[in-house]
Amino acid sequence: MIPDVATGSSAPTDPDEEVAGTGDLGALPTTQPAPAAVESLDPSALVVEVRDVSKSFGRVPALSHLTILAPKGRITVLLGPNGAGKTTAIRVVTGALTPDRGRVRTFGYDPDRFGEDVRRRCGVVSAKPALYDRLSGWDNLQYSAELYGLGRNAVKPIREAAARFGILDALDQRVGGFSTGMKTRLALARSVLHDPELLLFDEPTSGLDPESSHAVLELIREMTADGHTVVMCTHLLIEAEGLADQIVVLENGTDLIHGTQDELTRRYWPANLVHFDAEDPAQLDMLSRMEGVVAVERVDDVTEVQLDDLARVPDLVARLSAAGVRLTRVDPHNPSLEDLYFAIRRERRGDAAAAGGVYFPEVHHLSGNGGTP
Amino acid sequence: MSMNTGRMGTVMRTDLRQLWQSKDFWVPMSGLGLVFFIVVPAVLLSVINNIGSNGAIKQVSQALQLLPQAAQQAVPHHATAGTKVSYVLAVYLLAPIAVIVPLTISTAVGSSSIVGERERGTGEFLAHSPAGVQEIYLGKLIASLIPGYVTTVVGFGLYSLMVNLIVGPKAGGWFFPTPSWWLLILWVLPPFLLIALSLVLRLSARVKSTAAAQQAAGLVTFPLILIAYAQSTGALLGGGAVALSLVLGAVAWAIGLALLVSGMRSLTRGRLLGVASEA
Repeated sequence: MIPDVATGSSAPTDPDEEVAGTGDLGALPTTQPAPAAVESLDPSALVVEVRDVSKSFGRVPALSHLTILAPKGRITVLLGPNGAGKTTAIRVVTGALTPDRGRVRTFGYDPDRFGEDVRRRCGVVSAKPALYDRLSGWDNLQYSAELYGLGRNAVKPIREAAARFGILDALDQRVGGFSTGMKTRLALARSVLHDPELLLFDEPTSGLDPESSHAVLELIREMTADGHTVVMCTHLLIEAEGLADQIVVLENGTDLIHGTQDELTRRYWPANLVHFDAEDPAQLDMLSRMEGVVAVERVDDVTEVQLDDLARVPDLVARLSAAGVRLTRVDPHNPSLEDLYFAIRRERRGDAAAAGGVYFPEVHHLSGNGGTP
Repeated sequence: MSMNTGRMGTVMRTDLRQLWQSKDFWVPMSGLGLVFFIVVPAVLLSVINNIGSNGAIKQVSQALQLLPQAAQQAVPHHATAGTKVSYVLAVYLLAPIAVIVPLTISTAVGSSSIVGERERGTGEFLAHSPAGVQEIYLGKLIASLIPGYVTTVVGFGLYSLMVNLIVGPKAGGWFFPTPSWWLLILWVLPPFLLIALSLVLRLSARVKSTAAAQQAAGLVTFPLILIAYAQSTGALLGGGAVALSLVLGAVAWAIGLALLVSGMRSLTRGRLLGVASEA
């Protein structure tokens, strides 16, 4: 058994042990540096460390200079459209796949060399529930319990995991008769059965109704409160919103950017944004001459005003009213993750176009599964 | 990396449990065993044994003189022509049953074992689990071997009982199984199963669908059935049958174990996942 990095034991990591690579993925953009907040962490606080990793399937690149750093006890969300490399990234983290080049450390260890020990400390829910339909729910959990070293009498952990996800009463039934939601719950129960330190969830709410999705996300939040580290893939922006401690936006196998939502928002919208509208929008032009206003822009029938401080809003409203402007809307705007995501994508498209590089079409609807070869 | 036999056993038990839950598989396979081990021999032996010594039977009886000397000596001399024919049929000519049935059943199980995990998506679960690929491979191989071999042992037991009950009273008592048959079942047949399954599991790890695996498995096992048929019949009929069986078995074991070792290396986590470059 490898020592526990979290307890402070020294990890036998060796930067020179990187896998020599042959993948030629030069056509894709290079990775952006990780935010200082994550980079500056003590390496022992990083449960997942994927640096400059590339992986191809034949001639098809799946990962290209990918970097993901997941701190202990946090939820890191990998966000991206189908085929972005999210599933492959998870497979590389557990050592299920070996990268062509780059450095992967999970709990500080190379999963390619210490795969058994790394995988024993991981709980994975894949995009498809990956359950044995002919077996009962209990047998599915029992199988996992035995493979993960809990033995053949793991009654208590099985019952606890099943109860946690609300499927205890259905354990005697064949999984083939389960609804999609029940299968997902069973897969989640299986992933936490052995109390793993790292949970890797690949589209965990895929196929679930809104209520079940909400319950699953709540459970994920609870688990991090218990000290678990979560790396979750999703293409649903609404799902990542509010859940992610850290966001990594992936596209074409590479990370476009990563950081907390606040950090990323500040990076793209350094000033405070307020939406104004009036019966006569032309009158709002005067805002550009007012104190504290950084910029004014008319976007989609609304005037976006960037302020140095939101506390100026009451003054601005008073001055506009005094000038006879009949306001119909004053809305301090907090950019959503969706705003952020598409801002990143727009910037990326601009960069690629400026560099004369290849770029891929905009994906507005992030839905469905199965991007991985 | 060391092998964890506990996890290997877990994979094996779970595969067998799934098979047990699949009545659509084991009911026809049991039927196959029943037909080959019981129905066909019982009808043949009963008819020949009770038909008496008519002309046709006498002619067949005379043809027994073409058998090797060692085989002829084992046939009861005082018996009627019908009993002699029944005896020869029971002891020598039904040998292929012991080969065809287990090979058919085990390859049917084995061909879908790895590609089936991929098709169901459960390969992802195994690939992320702490189980080593060698443990998974061996667990699946044993789980494929057991149904065929158990069918053979049970079928062989029932066949022995039936032969002794039908032919025994007229042949001077219970005579089956003969020493050569014991060797065939315990020494010659298992390595042939091992050879077949090592090849079939290797195919199952590489092909893209269960249907493709079953077709390819058929191509692999057909020549093996012919070889095993010839070898087992020869082992039973030939002079010095025991020595021949021992040698044949030893050679088959050596080939089977070599294929097993190389087969274990053929399974990777990438193949469990079915990723393009490794499938």
